[in-house]
Amino acid sequence: MANDFRYLPDTDQDQKDMLAALNISSVDALFADLPNEIRLQEPLAIPAAVPESILMKKMRELANKNKDANRYSLFLGAGTYDHYIPSVVDHVISRSEFYTAYTPYQAEASQGELQAIFEFQTMICELTGMDAANSSLYDGFTAIGEAATLAIRSTKRSKVVVSKGVHPQGREVLTTVSAGFGYAVDEIKQDGDTTDLQDLIEKVDQQTAAVIVQYPNFFGSVEDLAEIKAIAEAQKALFIVVANPLALALLESPGNLGADIVVGDTQPLGLAMSFGGPHCGYFAVKKKYVRKLPGRIVGQTVDKDGKRGFVLTLQTREQHIKREKATSNMSSNQALNALASAVFMSALGKEGIRQMAQLNIEKADYMARLLEEKGFSVNNQAPFFNEFVVELPFSVRQTNEKLLENRFIGGYDLEKEYGLRNHMLLAVTEQRTKEEIEAFVGVLEGMINDRLQ
Amino acid sequence: MTDYNDLIFEISRPGRIAADLPKSDVAFVDLARKFPNHLIRKTAAELPEVSEPQLMRHYTALSNKNFGVDNGFYPLGSCTMKYNPKINEDVARLPGFANIHPFQPAQTVQGAFELMYELQEDLKTISGMDALTLQPAAGAQGEWTGLIMMKAYHQANGEGTTRTKILVPDSAHGTNPSSAFIAGFDVVEIPSTKDGTVDLEELKKQVGSDTAGLMLTNPNTLGLFEKEILAMSEIIHGVGGLLYYDGANLNAIMGKTTPGAMGFDIVHLNLHKSFSTPHGGGGPGSGPVGVKSFLAPYLPIPQIEKQEGRFMLNANYPLSIGRVKGYYGNFGVNVRAYTYIRTMGPDGLRQVSESAVLHANYLRDRLAPYFTVSHAQFCKHEFVLSGIKQKKLGVPTKDMAKRLLDFGYYAPTVYFPLIVEEAMMIEPTETETKETLDAFADTLIQIAKEVEETPELVLEAPHHTPVKRIDEVQAARKLVLVYDKSIEK
Repeated sequence: MANDFRYLPDTDQDQKDMLAALNISSVDALFADLPNEIRLQEPLAIPAAVPESILMKKMRELANKNKDANRYSLFLGAGTYDHYIPSVVDHVISRSEFYTAYTPYQAEASQGELQAIFEFQTMICELTGMDAANSSLYDGFTAIGEAATLAIRSTKRSKVVVSKGVHPQGREVLTTVSAGFGYAVDEIKQDGDTTDLQDLIEKVDQQTAAVIVQYPNFFGSVEDLAEIKAIAEAQKALFIVVANPLALALLESPGNLGADIVVGDTQPLGLAMSFGGPHCGYFAVKKKYVRKLPGRIVGQTVDKDGKRGFVLTLQTREQHIKREKATSNMSSNQALNALASAVFMSALGKEGIRQMAQLNIEKADYMARLLEEKGFSVNNQAPFFNEFVVELPFSVRQTNEKLLENRFIGGYDLEKEYGLRNHMLLAVTEQRTKEEIEAFVGVLEGMINDRLQ
Repeated sequence: MTDYNDLIFEISRPGRIAADLPKSDVAFVDLARKFPNHLIRKTAAELPEVSEPQLMRHYTALSNKNFGVDNGFYPLGSCTMKYNPKINEDVARLPGFANIHPFQPAQTVQGAFELMYELQEDLKTISGMDALTLQPAAGAQGEWTGLIMMKAYHQANGEGTTRTKILVPDSAHGTNPSSAFIAGFDVVEIPSTKDGTVDLEELKKQVGSDTAGLMLTNPNTLGLFEKEILAMSEIIHGVGGLLYYDGANLNAIMGKTTPGAMGFDIVHLNLHKSFSTPHGGGGPGSGPVGVKSFLAPYLPIPQIEKQEGRFMLNANYPLSIGRVKGYYGNFGVNVRAYTYIRTMGPDGLRQVSESAVLHANYLRDRLAPYFTVSHAQFCKHEFVLSGIKQKKLGVPTKDMAKRLLDFGYYAPTVYFPLIVEEAMMIEPTETETKETLDAFADTLIQIAKEVEETPELVLEAPHHTPVKRIDEVQAARKLVLVYDKSIEK
């Protein structure tokens, strides 16, 4: 066991000394309890070690095989967005006191993490209009599953209804979760670009634990939460809203519109797209459900001298105490990403976040109008935030290939999940300039002109 | 300067901002004309208003009140707090990995798919499994994913309603029983013998046609290798059940054996434990799940495959349990684990386990005379001490843990596993030096002396941390979960 690896500090002498202390001649003696039948006879068949300088080069080459949003102009959203991330965000989460820490089991040595998460919880409650939030869940989609489970457990009812306007992957995760737990999931049709309220009225009954809608929904349209709340409330079903937290800077908070639980993903708030993860699910509730919140929660308290301090609280609901009776099996969360979003929210602040949301609305609006001017049809009837659906005279795949040649990454194809042929979901964030938007539309126009010739 | 104790809301002043957005280059949109009035926000969310330097000082002050692996030794048993290599961070931030969108066309993300594919291959080899998914976000989600697959398998065999029980040793991680419960199973606890391993006679009594499977980590949470693993495998498989491997303790056996060789059918790995990805104060992690080939059809979709040299996604698995997380899991974490595996190679990973085990035994040997050792035999990568002697002198384990914080160490895992009274679970990992192990041992020995000579010093600890002992009872009784101006700092 020579010291060939830079993370392994043992010298030959160290090893000798430790073995001598243990009265054994080799490390093998410590593995004597492994039965022969299960011992590996050969080294693991994985590639040999690569020195740092060469590895870095190889990893750069691998990364460069991808066409990233720094080199391509991205109009793809559908749940993950290319937003401005202030430099401070990465600088804060790169502080190794934060990123090399574990779950703060010893509060006195983890006040920084605990306070930052307490501040995150407060900011999420401000945006959502709720009373309490946890320190995060894996992502927005798994948070939907946890919210549905909370509703099933607290109402003791047997099904949830979910709008087809909820992200397809969110509904897929919900279906997987429900199968394990043994409850039904009923989907509500879309009426154009929003939830079909008639279908909703028909499907919500006394067995419905919760009504789940997305705000803005998958097509970018803003659902009328007040109307949906009334339908849920009539049958005493919980109202779960899956919300884009950036949109909440300008849209009325779900809490003020009657939501019992608000979940979503904080990716739009300072998190890199990172090919879909790690992102950060948030989970916020009204007071009534505080003790049913899944995951870790930070509470404010005092130390022995009466000085303000923070600690993980309500842990008696958790897996390490309640084991098979725990409210959730979650042990990890996405604390570092929650911290990133807290830094983002602090950087933009009360006014900045409104400005950013306003820019999103304006850019998306500009693009939709431009497309309409050029003869394309935009499907959204309800007002939309930073995403909308456009119908194309070509297949989405064909269009995206053409766009790619012009260094654009085009939109999301709505055919597979919604049967909408030649319909593309486009996202326009504050990162897209007027020139980029016009050039993008120009490529589509060019495709039509080429075909006409 | 005085201690910094402000909340960011308290330093906020209207009119400050720490970001600058571009001015709009398109037409103004009047919200009042676009949205119905009741859907427009009337009062702005009270987010803090601070300048960039204020923001940096605030978070830097917070980071100074936080303990990470880069600050010092983190002997947190079963959490495997090894050093987090810096190259991993650099690689995960390369624009080609950080700035790609999960729905980009496959031909524009071949590098990402290649990395995921190769990582899957590596993890299959390391765990001895035939097929694997990177989708679960963390170990506990991996557990649940594995259990749902177990359920789907029994259902496909017409035994979905009869195989309702998951067996879990009493020494298991708490996530095992809670994952089993959330996957819709009944949990049956199997006691351990005096020597700290699963009681085979009890296991035989509990198994039957209602057994869905057994969840186990090996080495177990006492740090002991379950020598009778092949016999256990025979017992479980003999009644048609499956064997589930909790990968939390994989750091002890890499390159020495594999869960596959031990007879396990399903395994989850904790990339933040065994493969050096940082845990970020609670996450993100990543919990890939590997299975033997007969379970491959049940893996979550989509799966990444290689066809004619190109990588693609395949969702065409009719028996799949579906999707367990958005997109492809915690890709950024997977990039870090891949980088680590490439840095270490087969010899490095084997040395990791050998050093981790040597360190644990050496440290245990040094501490054994002063505390009560749970079990006499050699341990694997972690061990459990009991503070029962000290408890009798009036100082419970939790207080010794707090006293360690005064000396610049994080505390071990305490009161787990539940079957050891006054437990202190210590895992040094392979990345600590002998000097650190010695200094830590000296410190714990000193604390044992303090328990005898000046117990109040330990009972009142910590003394040198940013706050003194935190009142956990008040936190739970008088819940304050968001900033409330009316409460003084």
